[in-house]
Amino acid sequence: MNEDFEPKIVAFLCNWCAYTGADLAGTSRIQYPPNVRIIRMMCSGAVDPVYVIKPLLDGADGVLIGGCHPGDCHYQEGNYKARRRVAILKNILHQMGFDEGRVWLRWISASEGQVFAETVTEMVETLKEKGPNPLRELWGT
Amino acid sequence: MGPRIGVYVCHCGVNIAATVDVEAVTRFAQGLPSVAIARDYTYMCSDPGQALIKEDIEKFGLTKVVVASCSPMMHEPTFRGTIQEAGLNPYCLEMANIREQCSWVHGEKDKATRKAIQLVAAAVGKAFLLEPLEERRADVTPAALVIGGGIAGMQAALDIAKAGFLVYLVEKEPRLGGHLAQLGKTFPNLESVTPLLSKAIEEVEGHPNIDLLTSAEVVGVEGYIGNFKVKVTDRTTRRELKVGTIVVATGYDLFDAQLKPEYGYGVYEKVITGLEFERLVSSSGPGEGEILVKGKEPQDVVFIQCVGSRDKSVGQEYCSRICCMYTAKQAFLVKEMLPQARVTVLYMDVRAYGKGFEEFYDQVRGEGVIYRRGNPSEIYKKGERLVIRAEDTLLGEPIQLEADLVVLATGITPRRDSLKIANLLKLPRSADGFFMEAHPKLRPVDTVMNGVYLAGCCQGPKDIPDTVAQAKAAAASAMAPLCQGQVKVEAVTSIIDEELCSGCGICAEVCVYDALSLHERKGVMTINEVLCKGCGACAVACPSKAIKLSHFTPTQILAQVDALV
Ligand SMILES: Cc1cc2nc3c(=O)[nH]c(=O)nc-3n(C[C@H](O)[C@H](O)[C@H](O)COP(=O)(O)OP(=O)(O)OC[C@H]3O[C@@H](n4cnc5c(N)ncnc54)[C@H](O)[C@@H]3O)c2cc1C
Repeated sequence: MNEDFEPKIVAFLCNWCAYTGADLAGTSRIQYPPNVRIIRMMCSGAVDPVYVIKPLLDGADGVLIGGCHPGDCHYQEGNYKARRRVAILKNILHQMGFDEGRVWLRWISASEGQVFAETVTEMVETLKEKGPNPLRELWGT
Repeated sequence: MGPRIGVYVCHCGVNIAATVDVEAVTRFAQGLPSVAIARDYTYMCSDPGQALIKEDIEKFGLTKVVVASCSPMMHEPTFRGTIQEAGLNPYCLEMANIREQCSWVHGEKDKATRKAIQLVAAAVGKAFLLEPLEERRADVTPAALVIGGGIAGMQAALDIAKAGFLVYLVEKEPRLGGHLAQLGKTFPNLESVTPLLSKAIEEVEGHPNIDLLTSAEVVGVEGYIGNFKVKVTDRTTRRELKVGTIVVATGYDLFDAQLKPEYGYGVYEKVITGLEFERLVSSSGPGEGEILVKGKEPQDVVFIQCVGSRDKSVGQEYCSRICCMYTAKQAFLVKEMLPQARVTVLYMDVRAYGKGFEEFYDQVRGEGVIYRRGNPSEIYKKGERLVIRAEDTLLGEPIQLEADLVVLATGITPRRDSLKIANLLKLPRSADGFFMEAHPKLRPVDTVMNGVYLAGCCQGPKDIPDTVAQAKAAAASAMAPLCQGQVKVEAVTSIIDEELCSGCGICAEVCVYDALSLHERKGVMTINEVLCKGCGACAVACPSKAIKLSHFTPTQILAQVDALV
């Protein structure tokens, strides 16, 4: 494990749950590593697979998708759509010879600031184990 | 001419500026393409801060604005208003969340600054591509739901009902009143609770605008401000209510004194809680208005304060705010009813902060109640009596007191079932477990969930006057959308590119709002913008990429990705 390696994570968080949960981590001053960059989405079901693949091709080390817990979606079932889509996407990533373990889908409610901070911390640790996105070296992205 | 962007980096006092080098962020922003002006300022949300943005829009002919500050959940409506006043479309604003997502969660200044810079770059990247949108409005159901029928919930329900709106008041117990129904006289003027409470209950029960549901619980909440659908059940029936706004007034629980085993609560009958004392002295209590412990008048009564308050060893860090005063009240009552009795209060600090409190505390000591500073280490039984061992921290010496009655001032805790309501309404709770207000100073009764407001002890410990004041504030806030009759709804909807659409209908299959349908003659899909809620599911599902979600278009999102990776 390379201690100096700081993974880059792009996170797509739904406005209603995960994004608000991340805000709560802030208002509660729960510290977590600064490796994550958040993009606000209206719903996890609006995360196009392209949005996940693009950062990976560009050299990001991981992509986190955060949505509401099953049953809690602001739009009734967007998170179920996200779940099915991400499952298929991971399959395809795997077949493309890409480590699908760099893509995480997590349910984080608006009241789970702690869960958000823990998720990021855990993801940073996992990605440090895995090392940099190989495309950075291979394709110089 | 391309877009002209103004970037405004907020210090938020020291909240951002202490951790993020705001000047470096501003310098960086100034160098980005299309950025006409970048500035930093102490409080962008203040009047002068907003004026700065408005002047610049005029002076530099800005077409887009980026504010790097707190979460958009906090001030996006504010800054949308600001730029709208200066003539821009409110959707030409993008925010970079450099407080909640950066300065408050990261400690190292260089890393936090680097992150803030990237977040600003992403916001500028998106702002470049933003397009004006038309604001939409939705009708508001002119009714409110109040959850909890303690004094907070009753007051809120009455205020809303008196303003002419229908209120559903849901109380899980068979009767109204909450904890007040268990209290006798109140500090600081020893007014009896019963008349106050009976009047409130009568008014609530008799009010034509209040639909009271007792022994009932909320089991489901759907929708959003203006149009909530709420499922309520009581033992036999299940009802679905439609309301525009919701007030949460679910109150508190008391600290479980058994978690401090050294005090012997639950072991010795003569150790009771403050709430049990209220019943002991009440005219409907066991002594019918006389204080009797096991049939005898106590000669020595010891009150112990801060049981489960300001005590990290049991995970209760905060002050419960009311116990100092209810203890003073109860000590006074003992003296009043049994002038011969010796009454001692063991305390850490006496907090007599409210109107008339210090005067009352003085009066109580004047009656001969003895205050000794010190927390007991142990209570044990000696014959029929109890012995309290403590250290007098003012004299610095150990003391032993004997008593026939020990009253524990147990602290106020969040309701043990508060997670249920938190989950139903997606309400965050603060570190102490109470429901969290949207802003501790400026939005003390709002929550992050639009249309949901807080009243009473569910938000934190308070006495009756503070509870009532907060309930009235929550009622006023909950009424505002009802009075207006309409609320702004997100202008964000899906947009169909008819050139690309093949009319396959996959989008209609994924849409839970039935907002998409086939235009028979054109052979393409059309969208009903009133029904569309802007979730974006159809855009992802469309195999021709003919649908995009406005304000979150693929080019906008990929521009953010570009800036971030
Ligand atoms: C021993 C003692 C003495 C006190 N003495 C005084 C005093 O002298 N003066 C003073 O000003 N204050 C005093 N207080 C404080 C006072 O009790 C509170 O200020 C007041 O009760 C707060 O009212 P509330 O409505 O917020 O909460 P509560 O009284 O707790 O009422 C909450 C209500 O909501 C209901 N509820 C909870 N969850 C749900 C749900 N999910 N669905 C439906 N209903 C629900 C409960 O059943 C309850 O009826 C004293 C407190 C104690 C413990």
